[in-house]
Amino acid sequence: MGGINKDIKLIDENGKRIDGRSFNELRPIKIEAGVLERADGSAYIEWGNNKIIAAVYGPREVYPKHMQDPSRAVLRARYNMAAFSVDERKKPGPDRRSIELSLVISNALSSVVLLEQFPRTAIDVFIEVLQADAGTRIAGLTAASVALADAGIPMKDLIVGCAAGKVDNTVVLDLNKEEDNYGQADLPVAIIPRTKEIVLFQMDGDMTFDEVEMGLNMAIDAALKVYELQKDALRRKYINLAQEDEQQ
Amino acid sequence: MSKFTESVVSEIKRDYIQKLLSQGSRIDGRSQNDFRKIEVIKNFIPRADGSALVKLGNTQVLVGVKIETGEPFPDTPNTGVLSTNAELVPLASPTFEAGPPGEEAIELARVVDRGIRESKAIDLERLVIKEGELVWIVFVDIHVLDYDGNLFDASALGSIIALKNSTVPASRFGQGEDFPLPIRHYPATTTFAKIGDKIVLDPNLDEENIAHSRLTITTDENGKINAIQKGLEGTFTKDEILNTIKVSIESGKYLRNTFILGDDSK
Repeated sequence: MGGINKDIKLIDENGKRIDGRSFNELRPIKIEAGVLERADGSAYIEWGNNKIIAAVYGPREVYPKHMQDPSRAVLRARYNMAAFSVDERKKPGPDRRSIELSLVISNALSSVVLLEQFPRTAIDVFIEVLQADAGTRIAGLTAASVALADAGIPMKDLIVGCAAGKVDNTVVLDLNKEEDNYGQADLPVAIIPRTKEIVLFQMDGDMTFDEVEMGLNMAIDAALKVYELQKDALRRKYINLAQEDEQQ
Repeated sequence: MSKFTESVVSEIKRDYIQKLLSQGSRIDGRSQNDFRKIEVIKNFIPRADGSALVKLGNTQVLVGVKIETGEPFPDTPNTGVLSTNAELVPLASPTFEAGPPGEEAIELARVVDRGIRESKAIDLERLVIKEGELVWIVFVDIHVLDYDGNLFDASALGSIIALKNSTVPASRFGQGEDFPLPIRHYPATTTFAKIGDKIVLDPNLDEENIAHSRLTITTDENGKINAIQKGLEGTFTKDEILNTIKVSIESGKYLRNTFILGDDSK
């Protein structure tokens, strides 16, 4: 993990974490579908102090043209952090981290989108991290899959995830920023919830086999809870639309 | 890159490779958890501060280490700096293009970097010249020469071997006598490809071309897990991941004992 090992106690004697959560508790999460006018589909997520917006454009023509695939659509996700999203201003534009995250997010979403139905087209997914507080790739991916559904793009299922990690020698769920900075390991996981197949899995830090197994189990269980929030966000959008219709 | 012609060739080979896998064998005669033949030449580039040429089957990767002085990062004033870069030069494959590193090269460099960094292989705290002002910066440059599958393992193996044989060129920078780069841990990286429902170690290019998903795992000499990267669009079940980690710990021991710590490299 990136940070310096300062003498910060991340878990107190009662097993509470610095934000008061227990080891396997998620941060508060809010998801809203259909938040942008111009995009074909969109979603906004607040996950702890993360604020992330995702938009989908397409299927549409592929530019540059040589990127097109005669057998299926190309799905291109772009993960981008706003300059003001982190403590120290981030230089705008893609860096190596965001290029890697864009790749693993594109791969994860491609596993469920029925790309064969739209040969020679592009499905563009844009993820803008407005405020970052650890776990942005998973929160962004979770929002992006709601945005794809909001755009009406056929999918086998949504994609949903959660990270586990290790702080103060304890495996915990859903690291916040301090835990991410000073913790010992980070383990982001994303799944296809109906089959529980794993579509995104990364890990860095220092964990035993048993700790990885425990973290993986905790992350999958938590992801299934977030899945309910995703479905609820999509349902709410259509209930709201129906009510507006009735009023007219 | 012509995706179209590639996929036609793959379609023909796909059935054959899958048929072999279902019978428990592979297109090049290996069993499921075998590496291809590995050959390592240490200090291939004497002008570098450390280097290693790794041949993994027909895949060839040259890793060079250069060590220079520079400023530490503001948030880590009392440690040296590690910087890992990978170049997929067009000499190595008809599918590689010249130009700045693409997403594949960046993923490769970042996964190798994560293995070295998270295992704390280099004792970066001993690379400080003046706290907050001047430290040693270790550049690991991965130069792919021949791409026949599994760049991750060839590059990671070359990197740790090159680092282990690196000298900090202190005299060149007027900072006293040269000294060996301090290495504390010996991470080993293993990559698996999932083809159908079979998972094989060290995929060659044919296997890589038809793989649905990929899993790269770095473990250290204590059996700890330091880095994992799942790649490609396919999926893994939880049990597949856990079983693969177990295989990785064992395969990592072979790499470490034979090539990283052992003397089976020239």
